[in-house]
Amino acid sequence: MAELRTEELTINMGPQHPSTHGVLRLVLTLNGEIVTNVKPVLGYLHRCFEKHAEAMTYPQVIPYTDRMDYLNSMSNELAYVLAVEKLLGIEIPERVEYIRVIMAELQRIASHLVAIGTYGNDAGAFTPFLYCFMDREKVLELFEMVCGARLLYNYIWVGGLSHDITPEFITKTKEFIKYFRPRIKQVNNLLSYNKIFIERTANIGMLPQDVAVNAGVSGPTLRGSGVKYDLRKEDPYSIYNKFDFDVCVGTGEYGTVGDCWNRYIVRAYEMEQSLRIIEQALDSIPEGDVHSAVPKRVKPVAGESYVRTESPKGELGYYIISDGSLNPYRVKARSTSFCNLSVINQISRGHMIADVVMILGSFDIVLGCIDR
Amino acid sequence: MEITEIYNKLKKVFGDGIGDLKTDLPAYPFFFADASKINAVSLFLRDEESLQFDNLSCLSGVDYDKDNLAVVYHIYSYALKHNIVVKCIVPKSAPVVQTVSDVWAAADWHEREAYDLIGINFEGHPDLRRILLSEDWEGHPLRKDYKVPEFYNGMKVPY
Repeated sequence: MAELRTEELTINMGPQHPSTHGVLRLVLTLNGEIVTNVKPVLGYLHRCFEKHAEAMTYPQVIPYTDRMDYLNSMSNELAYVLAVEKLLGIEIPERVEYIRVIMAELQRIASHLVAIGTYGNDAGAFTPFLYCFMDREKVLELFEMVCGARLLYNYIWVGGLSHDITPEFITKTKEFIKYFRPRIKQVNNLLSYNKIFIERTANIGMLPQDVAVNAGVSGPTLRGSGVKYDLRKEDPYSIYNKFDFDVCVGTGEYGTVGDCWNRYIVRAYEMEQSLRIIEQALDSIPEGDVHSAVPKRVKPVAGESYVRTESPKGELGYYIISDGSLNPYRVKARSTSFCNLSVINQISRGHMIADVVMILGSFDIVLGCIDR
Repeated sequence: MEITEIYNKLKKVFGDGIGDLKTDLPAYPFFFADASKINAVSLFLRDEESLQFDNLSCLSGVDYDKDNLAVVYHIYSYALKHNIVVKCIVPKSAPVVQTVSDVWAAADWHEREAYDLIGINFEGHPDLRRILLSEDWEGHPLRKDYKVPEFYNGMKVPY
Protein backbone atom coordinates (compact mmCIF):
# COMPACT_ATOMS: atom_id res chain seq x y z
CA MET A 1 0.00 0.00 0.00
CA ALA A 2 1.26 3.49 -0.83
CA GLU A 3 2.23 5.61 2.11
CA LEU A 4 -0.34 8.03 3.50
CA ARG A 5 0.34 11.62 2.54
CA THR A 6 0.41 13.85 5.59
CA GLU A 7 1.66 17.21 4.33
CA GLU A 8 -0.37 20.38 4.90
CA LEU A 9 -2.88 21.36 2.29
CA THR A 10 -3.53 24.89 1.09
CA ILE A 11 -6.97 25.75 -0.24
CA ASN A 12 -8.78 28.90 -1.30
CA MET A 13 -12.01 29.93 0.34
CA GLY A 14 -13.43 32.65 -1.86
CA PRO A 15 -13.33 35.20 -3.42
CA GLN A 16 -16.53 33.66 -4.75
CA HIS A 17 -17.92 31.79 -1.78
CA PRO A 18 -21.36 32.18 -0.20
CA SER A 19 -20.12 32.30 3.37
CA THR A 20 -17.41 34.94 2.97
CA HIS A 21 -20.19 37.59 2.78
CA GLY A 22 -18.75 39.21 -0.33
CA VAL A 23 -15.54 39.04 -2.31
CA LEU A 24 -13.13 38.06 0.44
CA ARG A 25 -10.51 35.43 -0.19
CA LEU A 26 -9.17 33.34 2.65
CA VAL A 27 -6.15 31.18 1.98
CA LEU A 28 -6.53 28.31 4.43
CA THR A 29 -3.68 26.02 5.39
CA LEU A 30 -5.08 22.74 6.61
CA ASN A 31 -3.86 19.77 8.52
CA GLY A 32 -6.61 17.36 7.59
CA GLU A 33 -9.78 19.12 8.68
CA ILE A 34 -7.97 21.37 11.18
CA VAL A 35 -7.05 24.91 10.17
CA THR A 36 -3.44 25.82 10.94
CA ASN A 37 -3.33 29.22 9.25
CA VAL A 38 -5.73 31.71 7.69
CA LYS A 39 -4.42 34.36 5.34
CA PRO A 40 -7.05 36.90 4.30
CA VAL A 41 -6.54 38.50 0.88
CA LEU A 42 -8.36 41.79 0.53
CA GLY A 43 -8.89 44.38 -2.15
CA TYR A 44 -11.30 42.72 -4.57
CA LEU A 45 -13.81 45.51 -3.93
CA HIS A 46 -11.34 48.40 -3.68
CA ARG A 47 -12.93 51.45 -5.31
CA CYS A 48 -10.37 54.11 -4.33
CA PHE A 49 -12.78 55.93 -1.99
CA GLU A 50 -10.04 57.97 -0.38
CA LYS A 51 -8.56 59.04 -3.71
CA HIS A 52 -11.98 59.94 -5.11
CA ALA A 53 -12.79 61.97 -2.01
CA GLU A 54 -9.81 64.25 -2.64
CA ALA A 55 -11.25 65.23 -6.02
CA MET A 56 -14.75 66.00 -4.69
CA THR A 57 -16.19 68.88 -2.71
CA TYR A 58 -17.17 68.01 0.86
CA PRO A 59 -20.89 67.36 0.22
CA GLN A 60 -20.09 65.36 -2.92
CA VAL A 61 -18.24 62.78 -0.79
CA ILE A 62 -21.42 61.81 1.11
CA PRO A 63 -22.81 59.46 -1.61
CA TYR A 64 -19.43 57.73 -1.68
CA THR A 65 -19.60 57.06 2.06
CA ASP A 66 -22.99 55.40 1.42
CA ARG A 67 -21.22 52.80 -0.65
CA MET A 68 -18.62 51.93 1.95
CA ASP A 69 -20.64 49.78 4.30
CA TYR A 70 -23.71 49.51 2.12
CA LEU A 71 -25.86 47.83 4.78
CA ASN A 72 -25.26 50.76 7.03
CA SER A 73 -25.37 53.88 4.86
CA MET A 74 -27.01 56.19 7.39
CA SER A 75 -24.30 55.64 10.00
CA ASN A 76 -21.56 56.14 7.42
CA GLU A 77 -23.06 59.45 6.38
CA LEU A 78 -23.49 60.47 9.99
CA ALA A 79 -19.85 59.79 10.85
CA TYR A 80 -18.51 61.67 7.84
CA VAL A 81 -20.87 64.61 8.29
CA LEU A 82 -20.00 64.92 11.98
CA ALA A 83 -16.31 65.12 11.07
CA VAL A 84 -16.96 67.86 8.51
CA GLU A 85 -19.19 69.76 10.91
CA LYS A 86 -16.47 69.61 13.52
CA LEU A 87 -14.12 71.28 11.04
CA LEU A 88 -16.72 73.90 10.20
CA GLY A 89 -17.70 74.45 13.81
CA ILE A 90 -21.38 74.96 13.05
CA GLU A 91 -24.37 74.60 15.34
CA ILE A 92 -26.96 72.00 14.23
CA PRO A 93 -30.72 72.45 14.90
CA GLU A 94 -31.98 70.10 17.55
CA ARG A 95 -34.64 68.57 15.30
CA VAL A 96 -31.92 67.51 12.86
CA GLU A 97 -29.99 65.78 15.64
CA TYR A 98 -33.09 63.88 16.74
CA ILE A 99 -33.90 62.71 13.22
CA ARG A 100 -30.28 61.65 12.69
CA VAL A 101 -30.37 59.52 15.82
CA ILE A 102 -33.68 57.93 14.78
CA MET A 103 -32.27 57.09 11.35
CA ALA A 104 -28.98 55.76 12.74
CA GLU A 105 -30.84 53.48 15.17
CA LEU A 106 -33.28 52.24 12.52
CA GLN A 107 -30.24 51.52 10.39
CA ARG A 108 -28.66 49.63 13.28
CA ILE A 109 -31.73 47.39 13.47
CA ALA A 110 -31.64 46.80 9.70
CA SER A 111 -27.93 46.02 9.78
CA HIS A 112 -28.23 43.67 12.76
CA LEU A 113 -31.12 41.87 11.07
CA VAL A 114 -28.92 41.13 8.08
CA ALA A 115 -26.13 40.02 10.41
CA ILE A 116 -28.40 37.68 12.36
CA GLY A 117 -30.21 36.37 9.29
CA THR A 118 -27.10 35.61 7.27
CA TYR A 119 -25.39 34.15 10.32
CA GLY A 120 -28.22 31.68 10.71
CA ASN A 121 -27.90 30.97 7.03
CA ASP A 122 -24.19 30.24 7.49
CA ALA A 123 -25.12 27.67 10.12
CA GLY A 124 -27.65 26.06 7.79
CA ALA A 125 -30.79 27.62 9.24
CA PHE A 126 -32.61 29.18 6.31
CA THR A 127 -35.91 30.16 7.95
CA PRO A 128 -34.60 32.88 10.33
CA PHE A 129 -32.95 34.49 7.30
CA LEU A 130 -36.37 34.96 5.68
CA TYR A 131 -37.91 36.30 8.90
CA CYS A 132 -35.07 38.80 9.33
CA PHE A 133 -35.27 40.04 5.76
CA MET A 134 -39.05 40.46 6.05
CA ASP A 135 -38.55 42.76 9.03
CA ARG A 136 -35.64 44.59 7.44
CA GLU A 137 -37.94 45.29 4.53
CA LYS A 138 -40.18 47.24 6.89
CA VAL A 139 -37.25 49.42 7.98
CA LEU A 140 -36.29 50.01 4.38
CA GLU A 141 -39.86 51.07 3.65
CA LEU A 142 -39.55 53.70 6.37
CA PHE A 143 -36.35 55.00 4.78
CA GLU A 144 -38.02 54.98 1.39
CA MET A 145 -40.86 57.05 2.81
CA VAL A 146 -38.52 59.70 4.15
CA CYS A 147 -35.96 60.05 1.34
CA GLY A 148 -37.04 57.90 -1.60
CA ALA A 149 -34.09 55.51 -1.47
CA ARG A 150 -33.92 52.06 0.07
CA LEU A 151 -30.21 51.36 0.35
CA LEU A 152 -28.02 54.36 -0.52
CA TYR A 153 -29.67 57.47 0.82
CA ASN A 154 -27.54 60.61 0.62
CA TYR A 155 -29.94 61.70 3.37
CA ILE A 156 -27.74 63.29 6.02
CA TRP A 157 -26.23 66.51 4.73
CA VAL A 158 -23.55 68.74 6.14
CA GLY A 159 -25.54 70.94 8.51
CA GLY A 160 -28.89 69.23 8.01
CA LEU A 161 -30.89 66.61 6.17
CA SER A 162 -32.19 66.27 2.64
CA HIS A 163 -35.83 65.95 3.74
CA ASP A 164 -37.79 66.58 6.90
CA ILE A 165 -39.80 63.69 8.31
CA THR A 166 -43.59 63.67 8.02
CA PRO A 167 -46.19 62.94 10.74
CA GLU A 168 -47.00 59.80 8.78
CA PHE A 169 -43.41 58.63 9.23
CA ILE A 170 -43.73 59.05 12.99
CA THR A 171 -46.95 57.01 13.09
CA LYS A 172 -45.47 54.29 10.89
CA THR A 173 -42.30 54.11 12.98
CA LYS A 174 -44.34 53.75 16.17
CA GLU A 175 -46.32 50.99 14.49
CA PHE A 176 -43.07 49.32 13.50
CA ILE A 177 -41.75 49.41 17.07
CA LYS A 178 -44.95 47.79 18.32
CA TYR A 179 -44.72 45.14 15.61
CA PHE A 180 -41.01 44.48 15.96
CA ARG A 181 -40.67 43.88 19.73
CA PRO A 182 -42.32 40.44 19.70
CA ARG A 183 -40.46 39.61 16.50
CA ILE A 184 -37.11 39.87 18.31
CA LYS A 185 -38.34 37.21 20.72
CA GLN A 186 -39.44 35.09 17.80
CA VAL A 187 -36.03 35.26 16.13
CA ASN A 188 -34.41 34.44 19.46
CA ASN A 189 -36.63 31.39 19.83
CA LEU A 190 -36.01 30.32 16.26
CA LEU A 191 -32.27 30.81 16.21
CA SER A 192 -30.47 32.17 19.27
CA TYR A 193 -31.60 29.47 21.71
CA ASN A 194 -31.73 26.71 19.12
CA LYS A 195 -29.79 23.68 20.30
CA ILE A 196 -28.12 23.03 16.93
CA PHE A 197 -27.15 26.67 16.51
CA ILE A 198 -25.64 26.81 20.00
CA GLU A 199 -23.64 23.65 19.31
CA ARG A 200 -22.24 25.28 16.18
CA THR A 201 -21.27 28.59 17.82
CA ALA A 202 -20.63 28.16 21.56
CA ASN A 203 -16.96 27.89 22.57
CA ILE A 204 -15.86 28.48 18.96
CA GLY A 205 -13.38 31.23 18.05
CA MET A 206 -12.50 32.54 21.50
CA LEU A 207 -11.40 36.17 21.40
CA PRO A 208 -9.86 37.22 24.74
CA GLN A 209 -10.40 40.79 25.92
CA ASP A 210 -6.79 41.93 25.82
CA VAL A 211 -6.28 40.57 22.29
CA ALA A 212 -9.46 42.32 21.14
CA VAL A 213 -8.45 45.70 22.56
CA ASN A 214 -4.89 45.43 21.27
CA ALA A 215 -6.05 44.53 17.77
CA GLY A 216 -8.49 47.44 17.58
CA VAL A 217 -11.58 45.25 17.51
CA SER A 218 -14.73 47.21 18.29
CA GLY A 219 -18.51 47.13 18.37
CA PRO A 220 -20.54 43.96 19.09
CA THR A 221 -17.40 41.92 18.40
CA LEU A 222 -15.61 43.66 21.27
CA ARG A 223 -18.64 43.60 23.56
CA GLY A 224 -19.05 39.90 22.86
CA SER A 225 -15.71 39.53 24.65
CA GLY A 226 -17.24 41.19 27.68
CA VAL A 227 -15.79 44.70 27.31
CA LYS A 228 -18.59 47.06 28.27
CA TYR A 229 -17.72 49.82 25.87
CA ASP A 230 -19.98 51.74 23.55
CA LEU A 231 -18.99 55.07 22.02
CA ARG A 232 -22.58 56.25 22.30
CA LYS A 233 -22.15 56.07 26.08
CA GLU A 234 -18.43 56.66 26.63
CA ASP A 235 -17.76 59.41 24.10
CA PRO A 236 -21.27 60.63 23.17
CA TYR A 237 -21.60 62.29 19.79
CA SER A 238 -24.70 63.95 18.33
CA ILE A 239 -27.28 63.83 21.17
CA TYR A 240 -26.84 60.29 22.44
CA ASN A 241 -26.24 61.57 25.97
CA LYS A 242 -29.96 62.49 26.17
CA PHE A 243 -31.24 58.94 25.84
CA ASP A 244 -31.47 56.15 28.30
CA PHE A 245 -30.25 52.78 27.06
CA ASP A 246 -28.09 49.88 28.18
CA VAL A 247 -24.79 48.73 26.74
CA CYS A 248 -25.15 45.02 25.99
CA VAL A 249 -22.26 42.61 26.46
CA GLY A 250 -21.81 38.91 26.01
CA THR A 251 -22.88 37.27 29.25
CA GLY A 252 -21.78 33.70 28.74
CA GLU A 253 -25.37 32.47 29.03
CA TYR A 254 -24.28 29.72 26.63
CA GLY A 255 -20.68 28.93 25.76
CA THR A 256 -17.99 31.25 27.13
CA VAL A 257 -17.71 35.03 26.98
CA GLY A 258 -15.75 35.87 23.83
CA ASP A 259 -16.97 33.04 21.63
CA CYS A 260 -19.09 33.21 18.48
CA TRP A 261 -22.40 32.79 20.26
CA ASN A 262 -21.72 35.69 22.62
CA ARG A 263 -20.67 37.95 19.76
CA TYR A 264 -23.87 36.99 17.99
CA ILE A 265 -26.23 37.50 20.90
CA VAL A 266 -25.00 41.06 21.56
CA ARG A 267 -26.64 42.06 18.27
CA ALA A 268 -29.92 40.46 19.24
CA TYR A 269 -29.86 42.36 22.55
CA GLU A 270 -28.91 45.63 20.89
CA MET A 271 -31.96 45.73 18.64
CA GLU A 272 -34.14 46.09 21.73
CA GLN A 273 -31.97 48.99 22.97
CA SER A 274 -32.23 50.69 19.59
CA LEU A 275 -36.00 50.47 19.83
CA ARG A 276 -35.82 52.17 23.22
CA ILE A 277 -33.74 55.03 21.81
CA ILE A 278 -36.08 55.51 18.85
CA GLU A 279 -39.11 55.57 21.17
CA GLN A 280 -37.57 58.25 23.36
CA ALA A 281 -36.50 60.31 20.37
CA LEU A 282 -39.92 60.13 18.72
CA ASP A 283 -41.62 61.27 21.92
CA SER A 284 -39.45 64.32 22.46
CA ILE A 285 -38.63 65.46 18.92
CA PRO A 286 -38.76 69.28 18.73
CA GLU A 287 -39.99 71.41 15.85
CA GLY A 288 -37.55 73.12 13.55
CA ASP A 289 -36.24 73.58 10.03
CA VAL A 290 -33.90 70.86 8.80
CA HIS A 291 -32.35 73.12 6.15
CA SER A 292 -31.66 76.20 8.26
CA ALA A 293 -28.04 75.31 9.09
CA VAL A 294 -27.03 73.87 5.71
CA PRO A 295 -24.13 76.04 4.50
CA LYS A 296 -24.29 77.40 0.95
CA ARG A 297 -20.65 76.54 0.48
CA VAL A 298 -18.78 74.05 2.62
CA LYS A 299 -15.32 75.55 2.97
CA PRO A 300 -13.73 74.79 6.33
CA VAL A 301 -10.59 76.53 7.53
CA ALA A 302 -7.31 74.63 7.39
CA GLY A 303 -7.18 72.02 10.13
CA GLU A 304 -8.09 68.46 10.81
CA SER A 305 -10.71 66.47 12.63
CA TYR A 306 -11.17 62.89 13.69
CA VAL A 307 -14.60 61.70 14.73
CA ARG A 308 -15.37 58.21 16.02
CA THR A 309 -18.91 56.89 15.99
CA GLU A 310 -20.52 53.66 17.03
CA SER A 311 -21.76 52.14 13.79
CA PRO A 312 -23.68 48.83 13.98
CA LYS A 313 -20.44 47.00 13.29
CA GLY A 314 -18.26 49.00 15.63
CA GLU A 315 -16.07 52.05 15.74
CA LEU A 316 -16.32 53.97 12.48
CA GLY A 317 -13.99 56.95 12.28
CA TYR A 318 -13.29 59.63 9.72
CA TYR A 319 -10.03 61.52 9.73
CA ILE A 320 -10.35 64.59 7.53
CA ILE A 321 -7.59 67.09 6.76
CA SER A 322 -8.64 70.40 5.28
CA ASP A 323 -6.28 72.80 3.53
CA GLY A 324 -8.88 75.56 3.42
CA SER A 325 -10.14 74.78 -0.07
CA LEU A 326 -13.46 73.32 -1.25
CA ASN A 327 -12.07 69.80 -1.50
CA PRO A 328 -10.80 67.78 1.43
CA TYR A 329 -7.02 67.39 1.39
CA ARG A 330 -7.20 63.88 2.80
CA VAL A 331 -10.05 61.67 3.95
CA LYS A 332 -9.17 58.52 5.81
CA ALA A 333 -11.93 56.14 6.77
CA ARG A 334 -11.14 54.07 9.84
CA SER A 335 -13.20 51.13 8.76
CA THR A 336 -14.75 48.86 11.34
CA SER A 337 -14.70 45.54 9.55
CA PHE A 338 -11.09 46.09 8.47
CA CYS A 339 -9.89 46.04 12.07
CA ASN A 340 -12.31 43.35 13.21
CA LEU A 341 -11.28 40.97 10.44
CA SER A 342 -7.59 41.30 11.27
CA VAL A 343 -7.88 38.93 14.25
CA ILE A 344 -9.31 36.06 12.22
CA ASN A 345 -6.03 34.20 11.83
CA GLN A 346 -5.32 34.32 15.53
CA ILE A 347 -8.68 32.97 16.65
CA SER A 348 -9.33 30.45 13.86
CA ARG A 349 -6.21 28.35 14.28
CA GLY A 350 -6.97 24.91 15.66
CA HIS A 351 -10.61 24.94 14.60
CA MET A 352 -12.30 23.00 11.77
CA ILE A 353 -12.93 24.50 8.32
CA ALA A 354 -16.66 24.63 9.07
CA ASP A 355 -15.90 26.71 12.17
CA VAL A 356 -14.03 29.30 10.11
CA VAL A 357 -17.35 29.98 8.40
CA MET A 358 -18.98 30.61 11.79
CA ILE A 359 -16.09 32.75 13.06
CA LEU A 360 -16.13 34.91 9.95
CA GLY A 361 -19.91 35.31 10.17
CA SER A 362 -19.71 36.34 13.82
CA PHE A 363 -17.71 39.47 12.86
CA ASP A 364 -20.51 40.67 10.60
CA ILE A 365 -18.13 42.01 7.96
CA VAL A 366 -19.07 43.97 4.88
CA LEU A 367 -16.44 43.97 2.17
CA GLY A 368 -17.40 47.40 0.92
CA CYS A 369 -16.23 48.71 4.27
CA ILE A 370 -13.01 46.69 4.35
CA ASP A 371 -11.79 47.40 0.84
CA ARG A 372 -13.23 50.91 0.51
CA MET B 1 -5.05 63.08 31.35
CA GLU B 2 -4.71 66.20 29.21
CA ILE B 3 -2.46 66.18 26.16
CA THR B 4 -0.09 68.85 27.56
CA GLU B 5 0.53 66.74 30.64
CA ILE B 6 1.17 63.64 28.52
CA TYR B 7 3.40 65.68 26.24
CA ASN B 8 5.52 66.98 29.11
CA LYS B 9 5.88 63.49 30.50
CA LEU B 10 7.11 62.14 27.15
CA LYS B 11 9.39 65.12 26.62
CA LYS B 12 11.07 64.35 29.93
CA VAL B 13 11.78 60.74 28.94
CA PHE B 14 12.57 61.05 25.24
CA GLY B 15 13.92 64.60 24.96
CA ASP B 16 14.58 65.43 21.31
CA GLY B 17 12.65 62.35 20.15
CA ILE B 18 9.48 64.34 20.79
CA GLY B 19 8.84 67.41 18.64
CA ASP B 20 6.52 70.39 19.07
CA LEU B 21 3.05 70.37 20.55
CA LYS B 22 0.42 72.09 18.39
CA THR B 23 -2.75 73.29 20.06
CA ASP B 24 -3.65 76.32 17.94
CA LEU B 25 -5.25 74.53 14.96
CA PRO B 26 -8.98 73.76 15.00
CA ALA B 27 -10.11 70.37 16.24
CA TYR B 28 -7.48 68.16 17.79
CA PRO B 29 -4.18 69.13 19.39
CA PHE B 30 -1.28 66.90 18.39
CA PHE B 31 2.47 66.63 18.76
CA PHE B 32 5.30 65.40 16.59
CA ALA B 33 7.53 62.42 17.30
CA ASP B 34 10.73 61.21 15.71
CA ALA B 35 10.07 58.47 13.13
CA SER B 36 13.10 56.52 14.35
CA LYS B 37 11.92 56.58 17.99
CA ILE B 38 8.19 56.01 17.54
CA ASN B 39 8.40 52.35 18.53
CA ALA B 40 9.92 53.15 21.92
CA VAL B 41 7.51 56.07 22.39
CA SER B 42 4.55 53.78 21.64
CA LEU B 43 5.78 51.13 24.00
CA PHE B 44 6.12 53.74 26.73
CA LEU B 45 2.64 55.08 26.00
CA ARG B 46 1.19 51.60 26.29
CA ASP B 47 3.05 50.32 29.32
CA GLU B 48 3.42 53.39 31.53
CA GLU B 49 1.08 53.00 34.52
CA SER B 50 -0.33 56.54 34.35
CA LEU B 51 -0.92 56.50 30.55
CA GLN B 52 -2.08 52.98 29.57
CA PHE B 53 -2.76 53.69 25.90
CA ASP B 54 -3.95 50.18 25.08
CA ASN B 55 -5.71 50.90 21.80
CA LEU B 56 -4.52 52.30 18.47
CA SER B 57 -7.75 53.71 17.11
CA CYS B 58 -6.48 54.77 13.70
CA LEU B 59 -3.23 54.99 11.78
CA SER B 60 -3.22 57.10 8.63
CA GLY B 61 -0.62 57.77 6.00
CA VAL B 62 -0.73 61.32 4.65
CA ASP B 63 0.99 63.06 1.76
CA TYR B 64 1.94 65.91 4.07
CA ASP B 65 3.41 68.55 1.81
CA LYS B 66 5.67 68.89 -1.23
CA ASP B 67 8.65 67.09 0.31
CA ASN B 68 7.24 65.14 3.23
CA LEU B 69 4.97 62.27 4.11
CA ALA B 70 3.37 61.76 7.49
CA VAL B 71 1.99 58.98 9.62
CA VAL B 72 -0.76 60.04 12.02
CA TYR B 73 -1.55 57.93 15.09
CA HIS B 74 -4.86 58.34 16.89
CA ILE B 75 -4.26 56.57 20.17
CA TYR B 76 -6.82 55.84 22.84
CA SER B 77 -6.89 54.33 26.29
CA TYR B 78 -9.81 52.07 27.19
CA ALA B 79 -8.50 51.89 30.72
CA LEU B 80 -8.20 55.64 31.42
CA LYS B 81 -10.40 57.02 28.61
CA HIS B 82 -8.05 59.65 27.25
CA ASN B 83 -6.68 60.09 23.76
CA ILE B 84 -3.83 61.73 21.91
CA VAL B 85 -2.74 62.36 18.34
CA VAL B 86 0.90 61.82 17.36
CA LYS B 87 2.47 62.59 14.00
CA CYS B 88 5.68 61.38 12.40
CA ILE B 89 7.02 63.40 9.49
CA VAL B 90 9.42 61.72 7.05
CA PRO B 91 10.96 63.03 3.80
CA LYS B 92 9.65 61.62 0.52
CA SER B 93 13.21 60.74 -0.45
CA ALA B 94 13.54 58.27 2.46
CA PRO B 95 10.07 57.46 3.83
CA VAL B 96 11.00 55.12 6.66
CA VAL B 97 9.05 54.92 9.92
CA GLN B 98 9.50 52.39 12.69
CA THR B 99 6.69 49.88 12.95
CA VAL B 100 4.37 49.87 15.97
CA SER B 101 2.68 46.60 14.99
CA ASP B 102 4.49 44.83 17.82
CA VAL B 103 3.00 47.32 20.29
CA TRP B 104 -0.55 47.39 18.92
CA ALA B 105 -1.63 44.53 16.67
CA ALA B 106 -4.14 46.92 15.07
CA ALA B 107 -1.22 48.68 13.37
CA ASP B 108 -0.34 45.62 11.32
CA TRP B 109 -2.93 46.05 8.56
CA HIS B 110 -3.04 49.83 8.85
CA GLU B 111 0.69 50.02 8.19
CA ARG B 112 0.33 47.72 5.21
CA GLU B 113 -2.36 50.05 3.92
CA ALA B 114 -0.17 53.13 4.40
CA TYR B 115 2.64 51.32 2.59
CA ASP B 116 0.30 50.32 -0.22
CA LEU B 117 -1.41 53.65 -0.85
CA ILE B 118 1.15 56.25 0.27
CA GLY B 119 4.42 54.37 0.02
CA ILE B 120 5.74 54.61 3.56
CA ASN B 121 8.15 51.86 4.56
CA PHE B 122 7.66 50.53 8.04
CA GLU B 123 10.93 49.33 9.45
CA GLY B 124 10.56 46.05 11.33
CA HIS B 125 7.07 45.22 10.07
CA PRO B 126 6.75 41.40 9.92
CA ASP B 127 4.87 41.20 6.64
CA LEU B 128 4.97 44.45 4.65
CA ARG B 129 3.01 43.69 1.48
CA ARG B 130 0.36 45.54 -0.47
CA ILE B 131 -3.06 44.97 1.06
CA LEU B 132 -5.74 46.70 -1.02
CA LEU B 133 -4.09 46.85 -4.44
CA SER B 134 -2.82 43.84 -6.34
CA GLU B 135 0.77 42.79 -5.73
CA ASP B 136 2.03 43.88 -9.15
CA TRP B 137 0.54 47.38 -9.04
CA GLU B 138 3.05 50.15 -9.57
CA GLY B 139 3.14 53.38 -7.60
CA HIS B 140 1.26 54.63 -4.57
CA PRO B 141 -2.08 56.18 -5.56
CA LEU B 142 -2.67 58.49 -2.61
CA ARG B 143 0.47 60.51 -3.36
CA LYS B 144 -0.58 63.87 -4.72
CA ASP B 145 1.77 63.54 -7.70
CA TYR B 146 0.52 60.07 -8.64
CA LYS B 147 -0.17 59.53 -12.32
CA VAL B 148 -2.53 56.71 -13.31
CA PRO B 149 -0.53 54.29 -15.46
CA GLU B 150 -1.74 53.91 -19.02
CA PHE B 151 -1.67 50.13 -18.98
CA TYR B 152 -1.93 47.51 -16.27
CA ASN B 153 -0.98 44.01 -17.46
CA GLY B 154 -1.89 44.97 -21.02
CA MET B 155 -5.29 46.41 -20.04
CA LYS B 156 -5.94 50.10 -20.67
CA VAL B 157 -6.56 51.83 -17.34
CA PRO B 158 -8.02 55.34 -17.98
CA TYR B 159 -11.31 55.17 -19.83
